[in-house]
Amino acid sequence: MTLSNDLHAERARLLSRRWFLRDCGVGLAGVALTQMLAREARAAAPATNPLAPRTPHFAPKAKRVIYLFQAGAPSHLELFDPKPELTKRDGQLPPAELLKDYRAAFIKPNSALLGAKYKFAPHGQSGIEFSELLPHTAKLADDLCVIRSMQTDAVNHAPGQIMMSTGSQQFGRPSLGAWTLYGLGSENEELPGYVVLTSAKGTSGGASNYGCGFLPTVYGGVPFRSAGDPILYLSNPPGFDVATQRASLDALRELNTSSLAAAGDPAIAARIQSYEMAYRLQTSAPELMDLGAEPPAVLELYGIKDAKESTFARNCLLARRLIERGVRCVQLFHEAWDQHGNLTKDVKKNCVDTDQASAALVADLKERGLLDDTLVIWGGEFGRTPMVQGGNDGRDHHNRAFTIWLAGGGVKRGHIHGESDDLGFNVARDPVHVHDLHATILHLLGFDHTKLTYRYQGRDFRLTDVHGEVVRDLIA
Amino acid sequence: MLGLFGAEPAVSFNRDIRPILSDNCFACHGADAGSRKAGLRLDDRAAALVGGKSGEPAIVPGQPAKSELLQRVRSPHEDEAMPPPDKKPRLKPAEIAKLERWIANGAAYESHWSFIAPTAATFPAIGNQKSKIENPIDAFVAARLRREKFSPAPAADAATLARRLHLDVTGLPPTPAEVAAFSHDGFSATLDRLLARPAYGEKWARHWLDAARYADSNGYEKDLPREQWAWRDWVIDAFNRDLPYDKFIVEQIAGDLLPDATPEQIIATGFLRNSMINEEGAIVPEQFRKEEMFDRMDCVGKAVLGLTLQCAQCHTHKFDPISHDEYFGLFAFLNNTYEAQSWVHTSDQRKQIADLDRVIAELEARLRNERPNWEKELAAWEEGVRAQLIPWTPFVATELGSDSGLNHPTQEADGSILTLGHPTTRGAIYAITEQLLNGVTGLRFEALTHGDLTFRGPGRSRYGTWAVSELKFSVKVPGGKEWQPLRLQNATADFSEPADKLEEEWKADFDKEGKRTRGPVAFMVDGDKLTGWRADRGPGRRNQPSVAAVQFECPIEYPVGTKFRVDIVTDHGGSSSDRSNSMVGCLRLGFTTEKDPRVPPVDHTAVLALTVPPAQRTEAQRRAIFTAWRQSLSEAKEINGAIAAAWEKYPPGPTSVLHLAERSTADTRPTHLLDRGAWDRPKHAVAPGVPAALHPFPADAPRSRLGFARWLVDPHSPLTARVAVNRVWQAVFGTGLVETAEDFGTRAPIPEYLDVLDALAVDFMAHGWSQKHLLKTILSTATYRQSSVASPAFLERDPNNRLLARGPRFRLEAEVVRDTALGIAGLLSSKVGGPSIFPPVPQSVIDYNYVKPTYWIPAQGADRYRRALYVFRKRSMPDPVMSVFDAPNADTACARRPRSNTPLAALTSLNEPVFVEAAQALALRVLREGGRTDAERADYAYRLCTARPIRDNERATLTALLRDTRQRLAEGWLNPREIATGAPAKLPELPPDTTPQDAAAWTIIARVLLNLDETLTKS
Repeated sequence: MTLSNDLHAERARLLSRRWFLRDCGVGLAGVALTQMLAREARAAAPATNPLAPRTPHFAPKAKRVIYLFQAGAPSHLELFDPKPELTKRDGQLPPAELLKDYRAAFIKPNSALLGAKYKFAPHGQSGIEFSELLPHTAKLADDLCVIRSMQTDAVNHAPGQIMMSTGSQQFGRPSLGAWTLYGLGSENEELPGYVVLTSAKGTSGGASNYGCGFLPTVYGGVPFRSAGDPILYLSNPPGFDVATQRASLDALRELNTSSLAAAGDPAIAARIQSYEMAYRLQTSAPELMDLGAEPPAVLELYGIKDAKESTFARNCLLARRLIERGVRCVQLFHEAWDQHGNLTKDVKKNCVDTDQASAALVADLKERGLLDDTLVIWGGEFGRTPMVQGGNDGRDHHNRAFTIWLAGGGVKRGHIHGESDDLGFNVARDPVHVHDLHATILHLLGFDHTKLTYRYQGRDFRLTDVHGEVVRDLIA
Repeated sequence: MLGLFGAEPAVSFNRDIRPILSDNCFACHGADAGSRKAGLRLDDRAAALVGGKSGEPAIVPGQPAKSELLQRVRSPHEDEAMPPPDKKPRLKPAEIAKLERWIANGAAYESHWSFIAPTAATFPAIGNQKSKIENPIDAFVAARLRREKFSPAPAADAATLARRLHLDVTGLPPTPAEVAAFSHDGFSATLDRLLARPAYGEKWARHWLDAARYADSNGYEKDLPREQWAWRDWVIDAFNRDLPYDKFIVEQIAGDLLPDATPEQIIATGFLRNSMINEEGAIVPEQFRKEEMFDRMDCVGKAVLGLTLQCAQCHTHKFDPISHDEYFGLFAFLNNTYEAQSWVHTSDQRKQIADLDRVIAELEARLRNERPNWEKELAAWEEGVRAQLIPWTPFVATELGSDSGLNHPTQEADGSILTLGHPTTRGAIYAITEQLLNGVTGLRFEALTHGDLTFRGPGRSRYGTWAVSELKFSVKVPGGKEWQPLRLQNATADFSEPADKLEEEWKADFDKEGKRTRGPVAFMVDGDKLTGWRADRGPGRRNQPSVAAVQFECPIEYPVGTKFRVDIVTDHGGSSSDRSNSMVGCLRLGFTTEKDPRVPPVDHTAVLALTVPPAQRTEAQRRAIFTAWRQSLSEAKEINGAIAAAWEKYPPGPTSVLHLAERSTADTRPTHLLDRGAWDRPKHAVAPGVPAALHPFPADAPRSRLGFARWLVDPHSPLTARVAVNRVWQAVFGTGLVETAEDFGTRAPIPEYLDVLDALAVDFMAHGWSQKHLLKTILSTATYRQSSVASPAFLERDPNNRLLARGPRFRLEAEVVRDTALGIAGLLSSKVGGPSIFPPVPQSVIDYNYVKPTYWIPAQGADRYRRALYVFRKRSMPDPVMSVFDAPNADTACARRPRSNTPLAALTSLNEPVFVEAAQALALRVLREGGRTDAERADYAYRLCTARPIRDNERATLTALLRDTRQRLAEGWLNPREIATGAPAKLPELPPDTTPQDAAAWTIIARVLLNLDETLTKS
């Protein structure tokens, strides 16, 4: 898919029309002409707008994505992947054959096994087992598609997150959200098409987790900030009221329209447009962030105690509000899951912070009929070792097997895909590499992942590089 | 694109055929044997004529009908059609027609255009227009436009041209006075004047900084700040003194290897160190050193060669003639290096250091004069020391690690144990051996310098210093469960600091009461980690080895299979996640069976030098021995005291630089091809070498980094000069002559103006690679001076101005947007160079970092208004202003920026504090300098922002806004002070006869004008 040719053709068409009007005059006075040009600049927006909605390769199952990125790497062994055998062998050394060519990050591979700190039980008709730490998620067992056979290449956080976010451990590639926006455009002209919400601490991968890489800047994620202006520099300077802002922008538009008439550069029309959109954003963004209009029952559903406090729960509700407004991709980052120590206590706290809201989001989307075509993804950059780190209450980074879950957007419900071995160490069946996950997500969005490409440095880059197989078994 | 411009000339391989084959065929039938299908190769004529496994020749010259290639691209059958219908769309009929014509004409292949060195072309004759053409570039453009039946745009008016020229040479807008001067002095004189300004170097350094991925932080998770601005200043200075581009490149890649390398030439090699550095806990350092190497290759590819080298990291390049082996051949030139860090002293300090050296040399000369037999005395002393030295058996580790797992030490060929990667504040690294140690009486501990450590170490603090809080020894007998500690005693060292409290600098949260002390070597075996051994000899002398010996209570006796473990405990650092740790970066352990093992109180540097036979000693080694001897002389107290006092005056460097240094000959690093480009899958060794498709490596040149650097800028290089020319062209015209500035490979089509590119490249080299000459040549063309107003027909036929029938018009780059606002406002600081400044950044951005940048204290006063070039670049927290205007975040090299136009950018230039302060200052400037009436002021403000006088309709718009605003102010809807200063009660610094209402009204106007498309655009 290449955009630039279409855009150029459209721009050329528009320009010829504008020049026809201006040079041939057709009896228009100067003022009428500039008004007409300004109007045309507005009308022309969808065609020249790189964020205009676009049709993918085939009919999509998911039209939007909400990615709940659990940064730091949650323990699959405490949350999703019950391993009685691991509990049985608690304190023993792992079998030597498992450790061949194995590399964790901190620990010597030959460290004692550590049984799960929490109990599991089956839920729903599907009988999917979840940890007692996830009572709310467990209630949705029949709506979730749990992948217990995830694999990745990286064992350190920054490369691992960048791998999960961009399909490469090397920095500089576009993020999944950027690819999505590049492929599909946005359905909302008032808000950015790819919004990022953050809670807990800053991520290891930093801004590159949601960057545009080598794609045009407009496809990058726009963080909505947890404090101060939700969008940077959204507020007018001190002392400037709305009337002043409107009058200023009216004057600016007149002056820029005058430049457009003189120079004829279509970029001026686009700039006029951007300032008008900025003005609209000044209204729409605070409206979006204001949870005051949400009924108390909804706040309760998500477990939001203080609608102003920036939490994962609040971000989940904001994600739903963004999706409702046609934002294409919302990504939450919750960096809290790196339990090298204090596993028992901290993993519990993290679940208290995230379980209810994650489940509420899925339930809420379902209730509103949005879940069918919204794909929700929950997971981190890798998993944790079945072996202990430190005394008896920590786990190291582990990339050979971990769990994530998906919901909505055309994936199976109440389904478990893949299986790890008895110790949760290796994948025993149906491995899903990060590239496969990406291929599948793009497939759900209506793309052949081998054909959603962008030419850069002479090469047609893909999210999945030269890898990735669509995991058919995940798709409903 | 070509079809747009007129009748097609005869089919050309490079222009017409290669792009078709490259896009559709080479991925499976190209240079990479690994991914080649059916044994067919189409990038090589001989191979294509033979064909693949099918035995049918793919191409039969002159006979399209017999050429399998054509049959396949036309075939309607799915199993036969090429490219495979499930992978690629069918070729277009026009493309097939081209292939057919090409085969019919003999199927001639050509080398890719960019692999043939540029030659000076004959300038085209331009018929009756000849008299007007002053510049050969214009001749090419005029000839082309004639052919396309275009006519060039008229010259831009003086005001537009003055502004364009100022922006292009200095990155700053002209003042009204400078616009007037331009009209008076003319283009050429103005150009010369601007090229001489320091602002020229600042503007053009920025373009190189993009390609060089310059940043002020290390990237990855920790993203700690780094000091690299000395390199950035070197680049600015290189532009300003017009350092020839060939030298510019050589010094940046191998300045340290030049004969008598100057400190500046060493700073220059910071270029390749701009890679990100991963300091995440538990990383394997070599993995991320390799990542840095891959990044360096990518950078040299994008910035110098215009080649996508990194495409050959994992396998042979799919499109360009760079094999997997050749990639590692280039890699090998850069691989034999240390990741060095050195102090950068000011020129005054360098003089001071030279004085110090002179004083010491004089004192030492005096000593020699006073002791005519000094050589004999020294030899006798040497004998005496040698007699005290005892043999030590190296410790051979069977296991190395760290108690936290945060570090992964390695044992090097010389037995030393090196700990790179994450710097740990508190913890221990350990080494375990199963050597048979029976009879061992003592242990030696050496702290050694190493090229990969901060200032060569031996420590890993920000000064390369260290402390050993405890040195522990323990034993595990066969079958034993626990490590049994053994007591260590009678510690001796070559040098220790006196006992004292740990300095404020190393204060830590875990020691709020300041209980920790440092000092004599006994502190490291006293069983108390609050005390530690330190041997910091002070600035100028601290980065040298030290040694200690410790004794067991009695000789060791353990059964075979016993494991022995040494723990080196670090607990004398400051806060975590910065550079205040006290780890020893490089250490070596040894055993002895001698009775009462001790080390003499002689600097270990000298002892190590003594082990070298006298004839082979370096000057530094001879000096070290002489110094140690001198210090041993009790009669030389006065001279030694004077020398020690001189060292006390050694000036601390105000900053440092990361740079490359060549590894020592005893420690060379071979290069291996990496299977699939994976850092831990080395295959066969690869010698330094260059791709066969490029110009040859001179037979007599050394196969070293320096040889490579010189090869890069060899005048025979088909790429280097073109890439440099293209970078300048791109900055001036908005798009390069080669649009893909980072890729001149086979996927890059022949540029519309290859003749212009080549003429400029040849001229550039002929003029000593002068970058000022190059810019001047480009700017002096009539092509450049054209009006950017587009004629309707051109705009439709050539929306992107590839034919250059009009002048450039595009939004300013990020830095220039900010600098322009500050310049117009009269706020811009003209200070050149120095540490990067911290702009105000919203707290929500600061708070959202993995490691919070506690050092981020927004600049006040003049520093707040430094050029954007000096804004601190933190990789994981891209500057919100710069990034919204498309500045890259320096994760990787960037040869070409995108140009976006978003509402977020509009909000930024409307509301970001520095832009608002610029609006407030501009208002006062207009009131101060712009005349008495609003009409005069409006005109002045327009001249400041756009360089041109205001038009009537524009004046009417501004007057109306002013009138309404004044009315709202008068009615009390707005607080004038708050608008004019940002604070409700603060008065602006009003010019005479003006009111706060004037300042407020004009602030509102100024904010509009700073956001004009014309203000933000070069036209």
